[in-house]
Amino acid sequence: MTRADIYTRLADQFGDSIVEFNDESLQRYIRIEPSGWYAVATFLKEAPDLAFDSLMCIAGVDRGPKEDQMEVVYALFSMTHRHKITIKISGPRADFHVPSVESVWRLADWHERETYDMFGIVFDGHRRLKRLLLPEDWEGFPLRKDYQVQDYYHGIRVPKIKPKKLTP
Amino acid sequence: MGLLEHKFNDNIIVGQVDNLLNWARSNSPWYFQFGLACCAIEMMSTAAARYDFDRFGAMPRSSPRQADVMIVAGTVTMKMGLRVRRLWEQMADPKYVISMGSCATSGGPYWQHGYHVLKGVDLVVPVDVYVPGCPPRPEALLEGLMKLQEKIKKEKTFAKLEE
Repeated sequence: MTRADIYTRLADQFGDSIVEFNDESLQRYIRIEPSGWYAVATFLKEAPDLAFDSLMCIAGVDRGPKEDQMEVVYALFSMTHRHKITIKISGPRADFHVPSVESVWRLADWHERETYDMFGIVFDGHRRLKRLLLPEDWEGFPLRKDYQVQDYYHGIRVPKIKPKKLTP
Repeated sequence: MGLLEHKFNDNIIVGQVDNLLNWARSNSPWYFQFGLACCAIEMMSTAAARYDFDRFGAMPRSSPRQADVMIVAGTVTMKMGLRVRRLWEQMADPKYVISMGSCATSGGPYWQHGYHVLKGVDLVVPVDVYVPGCPPRPEALLEGLMKLQEKIKKEKTFAKLEE
């Protein structure tokens, strides 16, 4: 199936949840409403003509305070049919909740935990959503654009990141 | 042993206890395996047949309770820093620390942007010898161990410290 076919198939099934289809960018994607994501994910995996049995990656994107948007990007692949699609879900930067697909694809478990660890995006329905890489008592989410490094960690000084002076 | 042969009655040797202790300690620096990053590969290479750490009496130990020297080989993150401290506390005295490579010494390539990297293992444990390099070659680590041996040989356990 081409990506356009996948989009038509999804749009027929879940009309309201599918927001946008971009067939021009390098990574062609379908944008989905956060509320409908779990149903769409289950359908993508279980429909025999789609059969997206492999979740390749989950990535978080912080678009910055100007746009006030946060994104989660899912890269899906079907081993059976050899086709790919990228799913994007976006929401506000403050308090962004996305349904967890950890029960659909097992790989999502650690990837969602990592995305939470770095961006603070909360995945509702995840069984144990806690930090994956950083220590559990770390303050803040490092890959957010407005991240401020804490001064001390258990009495050890955390050095500040000095911004580089840009030459005009 | 030609010079010393048949010179002592009943195998009695007169000398300083400090010298005996230092001789024993400096020639059996059992090190705690502490491979954290790519420096660990060089440490393994040092321990293997070609460079042969064992000729200095250095034996790898997997438990801090059996080790004399902790070779911190690699990047120490903030999360690991607390563990490094705890493991160092579990080692029996006398204990020594070799900071191997630029990451363990100063943060190395993570100096500017690594918010999660400890900028030098000397922030959590006292370091005896710093071995520079990224990663240091096995010869450099051997040199570091020899420097540590020199340091141990100058130690005074029983003698009065000179004011």
